[in-house]
Amino acid sequence: MSKVVAATGNEAVANALRQVDPDVCAAYPITPQTELMQRFASFVSDGQVKTETILVESEHSAMSACVGAAAAGGRVVTATSSQGLALMWEILFIASGLRLPIVMPVVNRALSAPINIHGDHSDAMGARDSGWIQLWSENAQEAYDNTIQAFRIAEHMDTRLPVMICLDGFIISHSIERIEYLDDDEVKNFVGEYRQLHPLLNIEHPVSYGPLILTDYYMEYRKAHDEVMTKVPGIVLDVAKDFEKISGRKYSLFDAYRLEDAEVALVILNSAAGTSKDVVDEFRNRGVKAGLLKPRLYRPFPYKEIGEALKHLKAVCVLDRADAFGGSYGPVFIDIAASLYSYKEKPILINKIYGLGGRDYFPEHAALVLNELIEIVKTGEVKTFKEYIGVRQ
Amino acid sequence: MKLKGWRELTPGAVILEAGNAVEFKTGSWRAFKPIWKQENCIQCLFCWLFCPDMAVKVKDGKRADFDYEYCKGCGICALECPGKKGKKAIVMVEEGN
Ligand code: SF4
Ligand code: SF4
Repeated sequence: MSKVVAATGNEAVANALRQVDPDVCAAYPITPQTELMQRFASFVSDGQVKTETILVESEHSAMSACVGAAAAGGRVVTATSSQGLALMWEILFIASGLRLPIVMPVVNRALSAPINIHGDHSDAMGARDSGWIQLWSENAQEAYDNTIQAFRIAEHMDTRLPVMICLDGFIISHSIERIEYLDDDEVKNFVGEYRQLHPLLNIEHPVSYGPLILTDYYMEYRKAHDEVMTKVPGIVLDVAKDFEKISGRKYSLFDAYRLEDAEVALVILNSAAGTSKDVVDEFRNRGVKAGLLKPRLYRPFPYKEIGEALKHLKAVCVLDRADAFGGSYGPVFIDIAASLYSYKEKPILINKIYGLGGRDYFPEHAALVLNELIEIVKTGEVKTFKEYIGVRQ
Repeated sequence: MKLKGWRELTPGAVILEAGNAVEFKTGSWRAFKPIWKQENCIQCLFCWLFCPDMAVKVKDGKRADFDYEYCKGCGICALECPGKKGKKAIVMVEEGN
């Protein structure tokens, strides 16, 4: 039996972690993740979980402690935001390279400078190619559900990879929503017992982690990592199927919203997708064939499946809540463009950068973009391929 | 030795056989070579303890000669060696001289 509650995104994710009851948690507080770990720390001190918490002096140390604990044989969690994730960067690659299934909620926040505590996706986008799996979440319910599924995905015997669960800072982490919690027992059964493949603490079979791998083998290990990433989408779908059985909630690699017969569509991650869906409905009511695609599994990026889902459209706008300062396009745009590249017939693509540093994204923004797409379809002309919206000139 | 292909590797490059560093010979790294002067040796075994590789051999509890297949010439043994009456039992000489 599930329980319906009113809770913040942080509270929901902390509750998911309580239900899983991991062995070790090493974390450092940072806005807007602080509330999440503060709540989890309360569960620890109230004896509601058996988790051993490690207080560290930085996120670099938090991730390092997680790596050690995961290699030792534990089920390990942490959580962070923004500068914290940036400080972990070096160790992120070590966690994934050692194939340690650490689970980490990332409460998305802008990067300094200028310093800003509000939600955008710059932090997680900076870590998108670190060999971790990334699941993105539209609302608190999905963040809760993704966190529970993340353990099964991370710990799958065919992969063993760390997972980030991304949720928008403040907009989701601090807003109160209606959430359905699963029973503690259901969650425990769902995630099951965790067994490390080669635990460092097994003195019967001593093993070494982190050897020097030079020119003769490094490339083979990288190829193996690339290959293991290709197994992830299948696992994510299998886990989603099992999760649907206990929750009644359906998840896939991405959310295709009114996309099948659509001519124009938005591609957008996380909370802003919710706002955009309302606007898509309004356009549908007016007879416009509008749709939306919201990636859920962002790393590895399901290029083939997303390309298939978008190829029939006439014009698509990819909205990025982060910019890639390479003089080119936002990160999601680059991926979407790559997913459509191989098709002869494909939609015209444009890119908008929105909502940086927590700047509000309103329904009017989605409407403006959809109207622009309709105009592009009508005239076949694109004025600007990349543009900031909601910015003062 | 035939090198393995990417499909045959242990996930995460974890080494499952303890002590397989034996297979990795580091002697070719050496620019300086430690020479053991037995007459100054007091059998303290500091050299054996401090050697970062397995280049100092011990036989029947006694200091034996260096194993140059592994000695990378770091000089730690020579630095730590107390020797006898101020005379070192290990000296470093440049390779090729
Ligand atoms: S020089 Fe270094 S590697 Fe060689 S025997 Fe001495 S301590 Fe060991
Ligand atoms: S450290 Fe010097 S004195 Fe001691 S055993 Fe080694 S060679 Fe002999």
